[in-house]
Parts: sequence; structure tokens; C-alpha cells
Amino acid sequence: MPEIKMIVCCKQVPDPEAPPVVFKVDSATNKVTLPPDVKPVIGQYDEFAMEAALKIKDKAGGKITILSLGNKLIRDVVKKTLAVGGDELILLEDEAFEESDSWSTVYALAMAIKKIGDYDLIFCGRQSSDWDAGQVGLGIAEILEIPAITLARKVELVDGKVKVERVIPDGYEVIEVGLPALITVTSELGSLRYAALKGIMVAAKKQPIIWKPTDIGIEPSQVGAAGRRVKLAELFQPVKEAKCEVIEGETSAEAGANLAIKLREAKII
Amino acid sequence: MAEYKGVTVYGELINGKLPSITTELLGCGRNLADDLKEDLSCLLLGDTVGETPKEAIAFGADKVYTVEDPSLKEYQADTYIQVAEKLAKETSPRIILMGQTSIGRDLASRLAFRLGTGLSTDCVDLSIDPETKLLRQTKPVYGGNAQAIFTCDIMPQMVTIRAKAMSPIDRDDSRKGEIIPTKVEIDLSQVRTKVIEKVKEEVTGVKLEDAPVIISGGRGIGGPEPFKTTLKELADVLHGAVGASRPPADNGWVPEAQHIGLTGKIVAPDIYIAIAISGASQHIAGCSGSKNIIAINKDPEANIFREAKFGVVGRYEEVVPALTKKVRELLAE
Repeated sequence: MPEIKMIVCCKQVPDPEAPPVVFKVDSATNKVTLPPDVKPVIGQYDEFAMEAALKIKDKAGGKITILSLGNKLIRDVVKKTLAVGGDELILLEDEAFEESDSWSTVYALAMAIKKIGDYDLIFCGRQSSDWDAGQVGLGIAEILEIPAITLARKVELVDGKVKVERVIPDGYEVIEVGLPALITVTSELGSLRYAALKGIMVAAKKQPIIWKPTDIGIEPSQVGAAGRRVKLAELFQPVKEAKCEVIEGETSAEAGANLAIKLREAKII
Repeated sequence: MAEYKGVTVYGELINGKLPSITTELLGCGRNLADDLKEDLSCLLLGDTVGETPKEAIAFGADKVYTVEDPSLKEYQADTYIQVAEKLAKETSPRIILMGQTSIGRDLASRLAFRLGTGLSTDCVDLSIDPETKLLRQTKPVYGGNAQAIFTCDIMPQMVTIRAKAMSPIDRDDSRKGEIIPTKVEIDLSQVRTKVIEKVKEEVTGVKLEDAPVIISGGRGIGGPEPFKTTLKELADVLHGAVGASRPPADNGWVPEAQHIGLTGKIVAPDIYIAIAISGASQHIAGCSGSKNIIAINKDPEANIFREAKFGVVGRYEEVVPALTKKVRELLAE
């Protein structure tokens, strides 16, 4: 079989592991604000997608192209995908890509993939770590008219086909599909490996390829905020009243026993 | 151009019955249809739909479209999408409601892109804007750290709804409705994927989604054993089930079926005891509907205490056995 060509879609997002208390919304602009010490990262689910591609490459070789869409992408963040073993990084980077929704993101990514042209497998995270929509992978597959399997926890190449373990509510199902295909990946696949020093050095020397909307044959009016199909009316943080009653005790064990008494008094048990 | 009218629920069938998510969708759809003064329809598909159309009417549907075909026995994207697309195009609903379930999250995006419309997934609140008549679609974003309200002026307006976020209406078997058997020719040449096997990972004891009490453990539990001993003992005393946040599931300490959170199970028990769980937003998304959240954590600053009604600050290894012992005594009285 000729060299397998893989594409992984990765999104730069505000760090989802940032503590909830530092997370603020500016309701005037409907935008999220985070303190400067919270650095952007590659979305956690996209990292699993990257790991899925690397596992295939470990066994069968092949080439991994990473696609990332946004504006002012931080090189140290997106180049992590090269440091762990990606071969090529293409950034769809332009002001026009700002404030994309699932539709405008999908459209731009699908057009970029058409421009890449030659591919066997596309990997996406099951959902982004910011808007949590979970539409991009399936949308790309619809536009490219290729089959898609969601929520993969294991992906293998077998006799020129892909065998996927897909998570379902009471277990998993094993699904087989021909190439090309799109796979969305979930957390059980496993965390993204750490970059080796050699990988970091290789990545440092590589420059990402930058594509503007016109490079992928689309007008700025079809991408970003202008290409949205859903409008964001409001962004807000639900109000939370802090009301936890902390049960004390001389020792932790006594506090545990006191908790039982309290739950009884409150008629919870 | 077609006139878009009415609300359609894409129902699901589990073992020949309507699961709670479908009755929740019908309850929500009924309210929206009443606000619009339009009809509520429901699509039910499978190899056979049995008595479920009558059930759907009892839970609020005015019309039920049924599609029966041997190829629809199990969910497969490439067969179900053919039915979903055809029905949407022929009936042109103003609003399509689906569950944020294994099937719904796989099918809804495909359908939205085929219909060329927008979609909001995992909604927790829906209402009709009195002026524009558009659907206001509220969904948690940023892992639950914020909520967004979306609107879409392309028809049909499509959403998926989080389990337990909506309430069914009371079942009324005297409600009248129309059952419309519908034939859809399913083109099997368009089925590109092949399911080779299904593997069940059984969880013993009370099913998590139905349990009135859940004892849940997090990263701080430290390994698989305490889930089977310390947590299990407390669960047994309270006739509850054992759950977990994402790290124990990802580390293989518990099966994925026990994972509660944004990307796992959504639960809403009477009592939710979160043990050694920090309370990341992704986890809270799965348990915030619980009536009483109780937190046990050694870190007094843990976010879980912002969600809890009662809490104990301390090492779970000491707190939980004493709690279990005292609960056993109190319940025996």
C-alpha cells in the first residue's frame, strides 16, 4: 500500500483546565476573557485526534498534515503538533476567520482539504474545548461526501481499510470503513504523547504554511463571522450562590459521622 | 419555497419503548408548539415501532410519522440519515428537536449540513422569541463555564437537547393524535460503514442513569480499588450506584460507562456524593441537575464546594468509612 496520508484538524482554544473562578465573560462584546497567565492550548479532544494519527504512523508510517483555523495563532501552541511527530502544519490564518461558527469553520476546512487533495484519513476531536458543539468533523465529511465515524476510542488500519472502536452507551461497537474516511476521536483513545527533544528541535526549524481565504478559493464573506448560520445572541455566566455548609469535626472521621447526622436531620437520607 | 411549520421531535426507541430523552423532547416540543400555535410531530423509526406511536401521542404528539424497515433495526448513520433527510424535506418543520444522545449527536450534524441549516447541540433551555418567533437556543459552552444563547434564521431551526434538562408532560392515554405510516426506500448502496460487532461492557448493580443515589469518585481517589471498596460500601448502604469523573475513566480505574460529565453520562439523582472530585466544569455539566450535591475533598478551595449543599473538608480515606458506618446506624434505627 502506498504511503497513507492523514490530516488532523486542531483548534487553538483558551485552556479548558483553567480554574472556573478565573473564567469571565464580557457581556458587552459576548467574548470570554481570561487572565494573561492562562495560555491558549490545542483543544484536548483535538490532541486525542493527533494521538490517533500518530498511532497509525507508528505502525504503518505515512504523512500527517495538521490543519488549524483561526487568527493570530500562537506558533508555540500550534507547533506542538509538529514536535510530537506531525509532518506539515497548514494554518488557515486571517482576520476573516474570526468568530466562525460550526458552518463557517467546516466550509473553510473542507475547502482547504480539497486543496490538499490527496488524503486517506481525516481526524478531528469529538468536539472543540470552547464551544463544545461537536459538529465540525461530521460537517467536513458531509461536504467532502466521505463516510464518518464518531467517538473513536481505537483506530487501526487493516487490509487497506480502517477498523474503529466507537464508544456507545453500554460499551463499544467495531466498525469497518474504506478509505478515505473521517474519524472523530474521544478521550478513551489516550492522551497525546509528550514531544521528544529531537521532535522539538525539528519543529523549531519548520515553518507553517499560511493560507488565506483566497488561497482556498473562497471569498472572505463566506468565512468567519460573515459565514455564520447561527447568531450568538448572548453569552453569560449563570449566577451561582455559594451556599455550601461545611460540616466540621475534631477529626476527619468525626466530620464524616457528623455529615451523616446532618443528612438525616435535613431528611436527605 | 416551502412554508416551514410545526415542531418535529426525532424520537428514539430502546427495547420497543420510548426512552426518557424522547418523552423529555416531546414535553419540550409540546410547549414550543403551543407557543407557536402549531402542531407537534414525532418521527419514530426502527425495524418495528410497536406501541410507541400511541405512547408518543400520550406524551404530547399531534402526529407520529412511523418508518419501519429491517435495515433500521440498529442505528447506523448511513441508513438513519436517509430517513431523517427525507422526512425533513417532505414535512418542512420550523423546528427539529433531537436528543444529545449517542444517536442524536451522531445524526444531527449530518442532517444540519445536508439541509444547509444551523444547529445548536446540547441545549438546556429553549424558548420562542415573542417578537421574531425564532427559537432562542441556550447551551453551555466552554465546558460549562458559560452559557450562550443562539438563534438561527434559516429553516428548519435545529437543536439537540441535553438529557434531564427538560420535563415530559404527564402521560395522558386519552389524547388523540394521528399515526402516519411512511415508506422510505432505503438505498443500501449508500451504506459505507460496516458494523462488525457490538461489545457490551456490563456494569453490575444499579444503572447510573436510574439511580436515586450516586457515589462518585475523582482523580483524588488514586486508583481502581477504592471504587470497589470504600465507595461501593457507601453506595450499597444507600442503595445507590458508583460513578466517576473523567480521570478515573480515562485511567481505566472504572469502565467508561461509569463516567459522569459533559462527554459521559448526564445524571440527576436525589443525592450525589462527590468524593475527591475537584469539580471541573466538564464534570459539573454531568451532575448539576442533582437535587443534593455533597462534597468530600481535602482541598477547601476545590470548585466542587461551590456546587455542594453540604461538604466535609478532609481525606476521603478517613471521612467516607465513618460516614458509611454512621449512615448504616441511622438507617437501622
